[in-house]
Amino acid sequence: MSLSRRSVLGVAAGAPLLTTSLSFRKARAQAQNTIRIGVLNDQSGVYRDLSGPGSTHCARYAVRESGITQAGVNVEVIEADHQNRPDVGSTVMRQWMDRDGVDVILDVPTSSVALAANTLVRERNKVFLCSGAATSDLTGPACSPNTIHWTYDTWMLANSTARAMVAAGGQTWFFVTADYAFGHALERDTTAFITAAGGRVLGSVRHPFPNTDFSSFLLQAQASRAQVIGLANAGADTTNAIKQAAEFGITRRGQRIAGLLVFITDVDALGIETAQGLVLSETFYWDLNDRTRAFTRNLGTMPGNIRPSMVQAGCYSAVLHYLKAVREMGVAAAKANGAEVVARMKAMPTDDQAFGQGSIRADGRKLHPAYLFQVKTPQESSGRWDYYRLLGETPADRAFRPMAEGGCALVRS
Amino acid sequence: MAGPVLEPGQAQEGKPGPFGFTRPQFALFSAMAAFFAAAPFLGLYEVFLAKILCFALFACAFNLLIGYVGLLSFGHAAYFGMGSYVAGHAAKVWGLPPELAILCGGLIGFALGLPFGWLAIRRSGIYFAMITLALAQMVFFFCLQARFTGGEDGIQAIPRGVLFGVVDLGPDRNVYFFVLAVFLAGFLLVHRIVHSPFGQVLKAIRENEPRATSLGYRTDDYKLMAFVLSATLSGIAGGTKAIVFGIATLTDVHWSMSGEVVLMTLLGGLGTVFGPVAGAAIIVTMQNYLAGFGAWVTIVQGAIFVVCVLAFRAGVIGEIGKALKLRL
Amino acid sequence: MDMIFGVPAPLLFGQLVLGLINGAFYAMLSLGLAVIFGLLNIINFTHGAQFMMGAFVAWMLLTYLGIGYWWALLIAPVVVGLSGIVIERLFISRLYKLDHLYGLLLTFGLGLIIEGTFRNLYGSSGLPYRIPPELTGAWDLGFMFLPVYRGWVVIVALLVCLATWLVIEKTPLGATLRAATENAALVQAFGINVPRLVTLTYGAGVGLAALAGVLAAPIYSVNPQMGANFIITVFAVVVIGGMGSILGSIVTGFVLGVVEGLTRVFYPELSSTVVFIIMAIVLLTRPAGLFGRA
Repeated sequence: MSLSRRSVLGVAAGAPLLTTSLSFRKARAQAQNTIRIGVLNDQSGVYRDLSGPGSTHCARYAVRESGITQAGVNVEVIEADHQNRPDVGSTVMRQWMDRDGVDVILDVPTSSVALAANTLVRERNKVFLCSGAATSDLTGPACSPNTIHWTYDTWMLANSTARAMVAAGGQTWFFVTADYAFGHALERDTTAFITAAGGRVLGSVRHPFPNTDFSSFLLQAQASRAQVIGLANAGADTTNAIKQAAEFGITRRGQRIAGLLVFITDVDALGIETAQGLVLSETFYWDLNDRTRAFTRNLGTMPGNIRPSMVQAGCYSAVLHYLKAVREMGVAAAKANGAEVVARMKAMPTDDQAFGQGSIRADGRKLHPAYLFQVKTPQESSGRWDYYRLLGETPADRAFRPMAEGGCALVRS
Repeated sequence: MAGPVLEPGQAQEGKPGPFGFTRPQFALFSAMAAFFAAAPFLGLYEVFLAKILCFALFACAFNLLIGYVGLLSFGHAAYFGMGSYVAGHAAKVWGLPPELAILCGGLIGFALGLPFGWLAIRRSGIYFAMITLALAQMVFFFCLQARFTGGEDGIQAIPRGVLFGVVDLGPDRNVYFFVLAVFLAGFLLVHRIVHSPFGQVLKAIRENEPRATSLGYRTDDYKLMAFVLSATLSGIAGGTKAIVFGIATLTDVHWSMSGEVVLMTLLGGLGTVFGPVAGAAIIVTMQNYLAGFGAWVTIVQGAIFVVCVLAFRAGVIGEIGKALKLRL
Repeated sequence: MDMIFGVPAPLLFGQLVLGLINGAFYAMLSLGLAVIFGLLNIINFTHGAQFMMGAFVAWMLLTYLGIGYWWALLIAPVVVGLSGIVIERLFISRLYKLDHLYGLLLTFGLGLIIEGTFRNLYGSSGLPYRIPPELTGAWDLGFMFLPVYRGWVVIVALLVCLATWLVIEKTPLGATLRAATENAALVQAFGINVPRLVTLTYGAGVGLAALAGVLAAPIYSVNPQMGANFIITVFAVVVIGGMGSILGSIVTGFVLGVVEGLTRVFYPELSSTVVFIIMAIVLLTRPAGLFGRA
């Protein structure tokens, strides 16, 4: 009997656990002089291409560029797949921080997992450098002294796209909105900016989420004769909508499509034929200037032979800046107090190849300019990854939500 | 179509022990309880163990339906996920202590299970599976849009709270032993139900429904009761998970969660006493250690389904039981 | 603008026509399920993955071999159908003597494997596939613009459904099939190779799913998850229509597409759940489905 018990519980579940827990202990012993960075993102689902192994690649590159290893500090970058599931992500993070001596959680696309990371990291006084998630709550109601929201957020996307579009002549808008909290918030924010900039919203239509057939919604948008059709949705919904908009020849008839949450990887997936004319905001484009081009060149071959997305570039930028603060404080102090590292990071100006010069605000918001791009036509493009034409720029001080409006408790006190 | 008959458990009965266990079963149960009680002191990680126990309870609840009534539900994520949402909401917004929050999770499982079960038991077999799947999909869409679930952000930072106003569940070890207690209670409850006269009627229905009807049993009532019990326990499992992890999200109501609990139970052994626990332990461990392998998790899960169905229908525990000629 | 029930007429007609198009996909997928269920008595959970494979094969033909849409319409269903035949021979055929639920579990597992494999190979952001030049543009119907491709989808779906129905109901082959459904042993006794008939039927049902996949490729995002979301709705359609009824699955598919379209006009919030609500009502009143026999 006891034999079968062991064969079931011991072999099936216990044994792999025991061995790994032993290796944890060994790891803990040698971890004293090692900074451990845990890249937690989507390695298998919809965000794989824009974060995934590319983010790890960029983080490792940042470690090399920082030259910190030569200064006698070991930095280890490990990665895991949260499968877009908060429970999986949460278990991984707890083990990382409680057992494996991980000091930094990096990237974390999918807002549900990012918000969970925000809480867990704060409880343990570690550091959370968020590049992949979009929710502005991270620097608003959920802001934390241990978190820096690096690359972008929904407020910035809505603001940049709306203001720059209105300035570029897109006066009237019609929204195609995903019918859940995220879509509603995006539409509401964007509407406020359009009105503030002197534009007008003619109407909106809500589609179920997820949805495959957008033809009817697009027909309504087309019938509104608005100059700009704003897509307040994300992921496969957005790509489906853009694909079907191309089918209806909406851009050919003079209306412009503005994607409120579109990444370069989406454009690549759609193909430039389909995506041409699409307008979108990002904070980084590999072919933006000499420094970004140098950055992309120095990265070497990315996994999957892609160009870095803004999320991946953000991972590089965040790690580089973090290691500067670690160098200043010393490894022991940095490992002991995550909030202190973040305070140091906020005190120093940032400078790197991908985002140029910038700074970090008291509420944990990293500041840098936002760019409005239009997808080139196939004739303009010289080949794969030559996708964007710059339409406008929002300077760093106006690109993100003013601190007073976010409702961050760190700032009020 | 006759009621679905999944391999009936062997008929051989040992001497009855406490809670209706046979003696070998009771020995195994004691060993399992001892293992889980000792596990944190062996260096195993508490939160991880707690996760295994939450899913083990979920799988036991599911097994009650498939293993003893022969009904395959493909929509149990609805009860598990709603249990998790409601418990999270109760603990965070209403400020209820964890024991009451989890009870709320069970209540919502009950409240959903009653109408859904009433609808679904009108059909059996494949139809039953598809109907439960479709109903669960409705719940998913509801959770996506309802305000209190927080959409795709989910409910975050749910406090673990203080149990009965005495025990602070904040430390991982405390919460783990609380979960262990919930799990053992649920496990014994399922076992007790199965071995009660009520459970005997369920088995009679599984073996031959027309015969049970002709003996004067209102089989639909029995099936519905089993369904509701299973849904309630699933809600409790979901609520417990929400308290342990401090989050409740769409993952728990998604149809892939329904698939996962089927997988756990199938792998461990449909209709076995300990199978669901073993299945949950294996699958959760696998998900954890395959976290670095991307889409391979899906492929491996699919492969386990295929292998189990083709070559291994009794599951891990079932096969061991066959080899030892015991009902485990 | 003309108003009907307080809704602008173009919007209403637009949604009606577009619902019909969605219905075309529902009909083709539920038809495949019904054909397979009729003879094999299993519910093919792999159907969504096979729909996705159809779209991917079309993409591969174009990308690797330069073979365009028109040939893909023919080749992709055959390729995916053949893969279905392999699956049936290797796996499903071993389960006929067991409870039908095992068939469901097996095909569910196979679906996961296929989806995971495609995700490993091609990522999940989706792949580009364009509408063939002959079918671009739109017709001005007066009350709305109908993209030519959508019209094409509806026509093809109707023709395919009609052809399948005719084959099963009006030809000697169909008669054999129906007889085998009723009593396989008897048909076998007449010297007909029933196992081969079963294999070919599964291949044909899968081929239908793949054909729907090719039709979907130019308008829907081609990604590994594309079938998974569709298939649950299609299951509800099958339950409503009554399983095993060929005509039932076709009619229900189209009708539910239209109902869904109308819901989008009058109460958009309900449009993703309306099919499931109808399913519940049908179960209450006619447990065997609208066209099913109890």
